[in-house]
Amino acid sequence: MSSDRRALVLGVGNILWADEGFGVRCVEAFARTYRVPDKLVVADGGTQGLYLVDLLREHDPVVIFDAVDFGDAPGTLRVVEDDDIPAFVGAHKMSLHQAGLQDVIACARLLGGCASNMLLVGAQPEELEDYGGSLRPLVRAAIPPALAVAQRYLADHGIEVQRQQEKPRGAGVITPGLDLESYESGRPDDSMACRYGDGRILSRTPQS
Amino acid sequence: MAIQTPNGFSLDNTGQRIVVDPVTRIEGHLRIEVNIDESNIIRNAVSTGTMWRGLEVILKGRDPRDAWAFTQRICGVCTGTHALTSVRAVEDALGIQIPENANIIRNIMQLTLQVHDHLVHFYHLHALDWVDVVSALSADPRATSELAQSISSWPKSSPGYFRDLQTRLKKFVESGQLGLFRNGYWGHAAYKLPAEANLMAVAHYLEALDFQKEIKKIHTVFGGKNPHPNWLVGGVPCPINVSDTGAVGAINIERLNLVKNIIDQSRRFVEQVYLPDLMAIASFYKDWNYGGGLSSTNVLSYGDIPDYANDYSAGNLLLPRGAIINGNLNEVHEVDLRDSEEIQEFVSHSWYRYADEDIGLHPWDGVTEPNFDPGKNFKGTKTRIDSLDESAKYSWIKSPRWKGHAMEVGPLARYIIGYASNIPEFKEPTEKLLTDLGLPVNALFSTLGRTAARGLECAWAAEKLQYFYARLIDNIRAGDSATANIERWEPATWPKDVKGVGFTEAPRGALGHWVHIKDTRIENYQAVVPTTWNAGPRDAEGNIGAYEAALMNTPVDNAEQPLEILRTIHSFDPCLACSTHVMSPEGEELVNVTVR
Repeated sequence: MSSDRRALVLGVGNILWADEGFGVRCVEAFARTYRVPDKLVVADGGTQGLYLVDLLREHDPVVIFDAVDFGDAPGTLRVVEDDDIPAFVGAHKMSLHQAGLQDVIACARLLGGCASNMLLVGAQPEELEDYGGSLRPLVRAAIPPALAVAQRYLADHGIEVQRQQEKPRGAGVITPGLDLESYESGRPDDSMACRYGDGRILSRTPQS
Repeated sequence: MAIQTPNGFSLDNTGQRIVVDPVTRIEGHLRIEVNIDESNIIRNAVSTGTMWRGLEVILKGRDPRDAWAFTQRICGVCTGTHALTSVRAVEDALGIQIPENANIIRNIMQLTLQVHDHLVHFYHLHALDWVDVVSALSADPRATSELAQSISSWPKSSPGYFRDLQTRLKKFVESGQLGLFRNGYWGHAAYKLPAEANLMAVAHYLEALDFQKEIKKIHTVFGGKNPHPNWLVGGVPCPINVSDTGAVGAINIERLNLVKNIIDQSRRFVEQVYLPDLMAIASFYKDWNYGGGLSSTNVLSYGDIPDYANDYSAGNLLLPRGAIINGNLNEVHEVDLRDSEEIQEFVSHSWYRYADEDIGLHPWDGVTEPNFDPGKNFKGTKTRIDSLDESAKYSWIKSPRWKGHAMEVGPLARYIIGYASNIPEFKEPTEKLLTDLGLPVNALFSTLGRTAARGLECAWAAEKLQYFYARLIDNIRAGDSATANIERWEPATWPKDVKGVGFTEAPRGALGHWVHIKDTRIENYQAVVPTTWNAGPRDAEGNIGAYEAALMNTPVDNAEQPLEILRTIHSFDPCLACSTHVMSPEGEELVNVTVR
């Protein structure tokens, strides 16, 4: 470790847009699976964009989970380190206002004190346009290996996280009600709440 | 040929069409089209939300006690405001009264958001429409220091401070990481600040970014965590336990002291940095008096910040409620969110279908059935629209109207209503600002007026934070530690079929959630958000919306770089993630002018 700062495991993305929720679901699973030591912080960054700048300046090392379009097969994981990260996240806009992770990192560097050890664990999304939907099976299957990558990286930086008996829903990271089980089981079916709009606008076929 | 709109604008779409898509540095996706005449003056304006929201869809059938958590995820900006509006709507439906402390803590949360959001909006989303970052690189640090010291006693103002900052900025720009600054029209003729003012503003851009992390800690204290603090139907989720020093999540003396400290710092930052910068920047742009739009005639505020708990009547709201129509500042109308004849949404120019599109629907009767039909006269193809046909349907945003009138909402609307209601804490700072700048009252009705009202409101909110903090301490001293009422927490205690409405004044304007709860589940949920009021399209009568109106008659210096359009649109602090519906296909370049 480069400093006496605490380490950070951060998930970003919007859980309401299907596979966009990958990063947040990873931190939810992380906090349920592992006992989190004092020197580690697990955070659901959602789509807070620029507001996440200080998290990168206050922690080191930092592991970021995110859905990233690498052009791979759905659910494929890619692991990118340090200076290579901005190049991979440029197309992905979050928020405040439409700032991507790239901008967040650039800002943290300009302000000074950006974490010197950063790891991006990205999964290739399959579906982003199902509002209110959840992770697709291939993307969900990428969560355990993604957690394992984070665990190894943290261990390499002197932070051991041990598995524990699985904690209850949400595990304090995500609001109960938005945890994966409640989120999925509480979704009304199509007949009750039509979720498809005009096909000409909503279809995401390659020709468009 | 010019068309006269009922709300007083003369539209002429014969001149050159400029398409700005997407408008960046905003939340969500907005497209603006204008026609300019031979003198480059905007004579027609079209505002289009190109996304489609599905809030109704994700909430239907859910537990109403969880609705706030979903609404908080709609976007990354007004998270807390949606959550507060949602719990108020559910409490209204179920007849739940909250304890006094809960009201105070909610006000502190909401005012904190107001301070945070206004500060971030001014520096990070709007200032670059007035401040040229690249010009800052050529500033003289010593002269910058003199300028800074002449307008404020803020300590970070030495020549060395500005020199270091400039060096850092140069290195940053030279390394090719322009980051958030990469998309500006640097060097545009409409930038009027001297290099030193630009450098000072960029320094404060970075200080504000650094400082905003402190403000958010208030949300962590009362909401348990941040991002995404917790909220609770029936009160607030934080117990008060002042005798304890270490209980997880409880509000103790140490945490209260932290809150006090941050509130005091916030007020100092706003008074010593934000307001002096605002005045300094405004003084160079006094003759740029465009962008007033509807503000001089029709403004609306639902009001917010109840002084005492459970009373949502106008007299108890510290942010004023009211509507002004037809420019008559002598009459502030009462607003009733339950009256089906007052707030209505129209879709005659929106991509939705109603059985009868000449009439508007009150949100409790709201229908959201998509109907994408760009009309006959659009240019391009349906999946690649070059320019829209505003005589047909042309936006994913509905047109909300108050008693049939298009209204502007937001800080300027609130200040005009406060001013017209003769409330000293709104009227006096407004008059002082105008006097200091040497401007008449009419100058308020402009893009700069909107930007200035936001700054004044930020200072007002910081002061009110101190007021509510003192009230909280008094209550705790008097032995009142109640923060939640859980009498009606269990669904078995609820009525079978009820409706409720909750409202707030979000940083960007009036926000309402209307909920229908049936058999303990959400039957219908409709949100009418500030950006729907401001960015909405024309209505059946032909009245143009607030963005459209604000762009009218503005001269554009360079049609290829319409900085003036950005200034005015950004002055509204647009947030479209929740005002519109599912995204249009990405990669679909609709761009004539790529505006940054």
